[in-house]
Amino acid sequence: MRDAAIALHRYGLGGKGDAAPPSDPKRWLLDQIAQYDSAPPVIAAQLHSRVVVDMLRDRRELQRDKKQAEMKPGGGDDQLDVTRLMELQKQVRDVYVQAVGARTDLALTTTTPFAERLVHFWANHFAISVDKIVTTGLAGSFEFEAIRPHVMGKFSAMLGAVERHPAMLLYLDQAQSIGPGSPLAQRAARRAKEIGLNENLAREILELHTLGVRSGYSQADVTELARAMTGWTVGGIARQRYLQGTGPGFWFAGIIHEPGDRKLLGKTYPQSGEAQAQAMLNDLAIHPATARHIATKLARHFAADDPPPALVARLEQAFLSSGGDLPALYRVLIDAPEVRTGQPKFRTPWEWAIAALRATGVSKLPGASAAGAFQQLGQPIWKPGSPAGYDDTAPSWAGPDALYRRVEVAQRLAQRTAPAIDARQLAARLFPGALSQTTSDALSRAESGEQALALLLSSPEMLRR
Amino acid sequence: MFERRQILLSAAAVLAMPRIAYAKAETERRLIFLIQRGAADGLATLAPTGDPAYAALRGDLAADLLDRPKLGGLFALHPALTQIGTMYGKGEALFAHAVASPYRDRSHFDGQNVLETGGARPYDRQDGWMNRLIGLLPGPGVKGLAVSATIPTALRGAFQVGSYAPSNLPDAPQDLLQRVAMLYEGDPQLSGLWTEALQTRAMAGSMAMGNAKGAAAAGKLIASLMAGPDSARIVMAESNGWDTHAGQRGRLNGQLTGLDALLASLKENLGAAWAETLVVVATEFGRTAAVNGTGGTDHGTGSLAMLLGGTVTGGRILSDWPGLGQSQLYEGRDLKPTTSIDALLAGALAGHFRLDPAQVAPKLFPGGAGVPMSGLVRS
Repeated sequence: MRDAAIALHRYGLGGKGDAAPPSDPKRWLLDQIAQYDSAPPVIAAQLHSRVVVDMLRDRRELQRDKKQAEMKPGGGDDQLDVTRLMELQKQVRDVYVQAVGARTDLALTTTTPFAERLVHFWANHFAISVDKIVTTGLAGSFEFEAIRPHVMGKFSAMLGAVERHPAMLLYLDQAQSIGPGSPLAQRAARRAKEIGLNENLAREILELHTLGVRSGYSQADVTELARAMTGWTVGGIARQRYLQGTGPGFWFAGIIHEPGDRKLLGKTYPQSGEAQAQAMLNDLAIHPATARHIATKLARHFAADDPPPALVARLEQAFLSSGGDLPALYRVLIDAPEVRTGQPKFRTPWEWAIAALRATGVSKLPGASAAGAFQQLGQPIWKPGSPAGYDDTAPSWAGPDALYRRVEVAQRLAQRTAPAIDARQLAARLFPGALSQTTSDALSRAESGEQALALLLSSPEMLRR
Repeated sequence: MFERRQILLSAAAVLAMPRIAYAKAETERRLIFLIQRGAADGLATLAPTGDPAYAALRGDLAADLLDRPKLGGLFALHPALTQIGTMYGKGEALFAHAVASPYRDRSHFDGQNVLETGGARPYDRQDGWMNRLIGLLPGPGVKGLAVSATIPTALRGAFQVGSYAPSNLPDAPQDLLQRVAMLYEGDPQLSGLWTEALQTRAMAGSMAMGNAKGAAAAGKLIASLMAGPDSARIVMAESNGWDTHAGQRGRLNGQLTGLDALLASLKENLGAAWAETLVVVATEFGRTAAVNGTGGTDHGTGSLAMLLGGTVTGGRILSDWPGLGQSQLYEGRDLKPTTSIDALLAGALAGHFRLDPAQVAPKLFPGGAGVPMSGLVRS
């Protein structure tokens, strides 16, 4: 029975109180590759990034109008606009909260929890953060539009979708990066106005999204990729003349693209326009350093904080021989003895809270409650401190205060759900053949059903996967 | 050193109670390391407005700085740093410019790792220099604390340290807390964390229910965690949001306003203990000398570090200024580092805690301390 517990917790999102453990764990995992639904109803109901970009444009224009009105003598009289601006701010915030709710509800109810774990893995690999205000309304759509459709496809396809999504282009400043030799910059230079390059996204593509840090690229490679990517921007959001008439969403603006051949990692790219950076991304997506980088992160996520070298090597091989076909890597993971035999991983706050909610039979959480709870637990959704995403090793999560908060949340959850649940029976179902004597004793000695449930949710078995 | 940890754990097991008194610390000296994550722009914080190349490199970003009064002939302090400026005037703040760790590449995460571990290269070492510092201090009662939910790299290592961040969750009942302690008894990782969590909660007292809003509240919180005779002595706090690739002028103004308020609040709330306190403010690396195409700056190399507090021999700027001319820049784009931040920290920490600099440097900063600097603090 131990394999069932591994499948539920290490590959999946934790057991459900109202469902029997899988009888054939390996089959259960393999089937999810085909069963995965990239756009179930709760996701399909969320606002598309096009609509959010429209909202962001309206907000920008109202903010500008307000500023101009305030500059006029006796200005700032247009009360209507201020109200409209506040409404828009709230709408944008609501889009985020709704998306948080949708992501959480899906994690609580899905019948393909291994596939959903992979969605979370990839969204964190290509992390954006609502730390930056412009990203707030777009964070959900980024995961739903750029990540979800490609989780069972090629890495190159996901990479192309990610680097074109408005959330990424705005988060890492690509949208405003202008080739210094582009027609627009030349024109500006004649008016003694300087505009130019921003290398933020280009650097993170090499460092975080593809090759990985210290894999041999240079500052010159960063700059060349940044030059090739000029022109990759977001239409329908800003007032710039060259963006007028564009629809809301990814837009290639030739007028800000740096002309000329580019050289990346020793190879020359003679393409012009959007195709140039796309050709670079195509090569980066199947580069051996990328294969190693992705293999290492997947092994770390599923097997151990220190990824087992043999598993990394097999994943890397699968990546290279399949041209980055992601299900080929998932099959390696499902077969890997390293995942079944490794020491348990310490759950992140997201993983722990989802597992605790699934265990107690919660299937729906209002977005605002979910957003607040994950904030308190130390891992607000789509809000890592940097484009590296949330860390995937125990030292980042196993802190004294972080542990204390989990016990507090466990207590509250138990208060709300205890009367209907016998923690002892639930424990046997959640951890078939894998419950320790200490935990089992603590549950049977608890002074109340509520306390027993709080202890189960705080137990070492629950804190790790 | 291992014994101290065992004593704490076994005491917890016997008592299974949250309120365990700390051994009294044998040093009155306090250290706060405030890390600026994201590469803070030293060239805007303490601007070398006297350098002939500065105004042209910086464009609009220089607008707030060019007319500011000069400190030390070459530099102007950012206008948001009013309270820090007052500390400088009183000799309680020292600025070191064109500093860098041994790290010479431009990844935030690698750069922070080198700054926090004291190693020569990223991921050279598992433990941080603050944790190793605890091992150099006399007595069993020196307490390390992270003001965050988890432990940052600089504080990780052999010595058990606490972590605390205000939460607005309701407190769990005492009986449950004791049972959780028993539940974790056989699990070394969880029982260690749990003991620390309960101790820190007890120490923070009434602050536990407050939600730190704003930098001044954070300063007050940190002070409350280190004010008493048996409270934390080695504290790390983190500050995010310094990665100003775009719209730097406004964003940096906000960041520095917060930093200034935090320091002022720390000083006020530490009271008499301020005289025994050293605050180190440092970042992983600097930013490009020139403004970029989006009113910001990209990842650079040399930057600024600050030493503040009652023990600092401040009111001066340490800088072997490399110049901002094209040929003087590192790789033609960044402020060239001329001072090792490791040598600066090794010298300041040795002086502050009255330790032998020759012992401190190789132990805490094996990567790049070289010869520790002297005369930075009053011992």
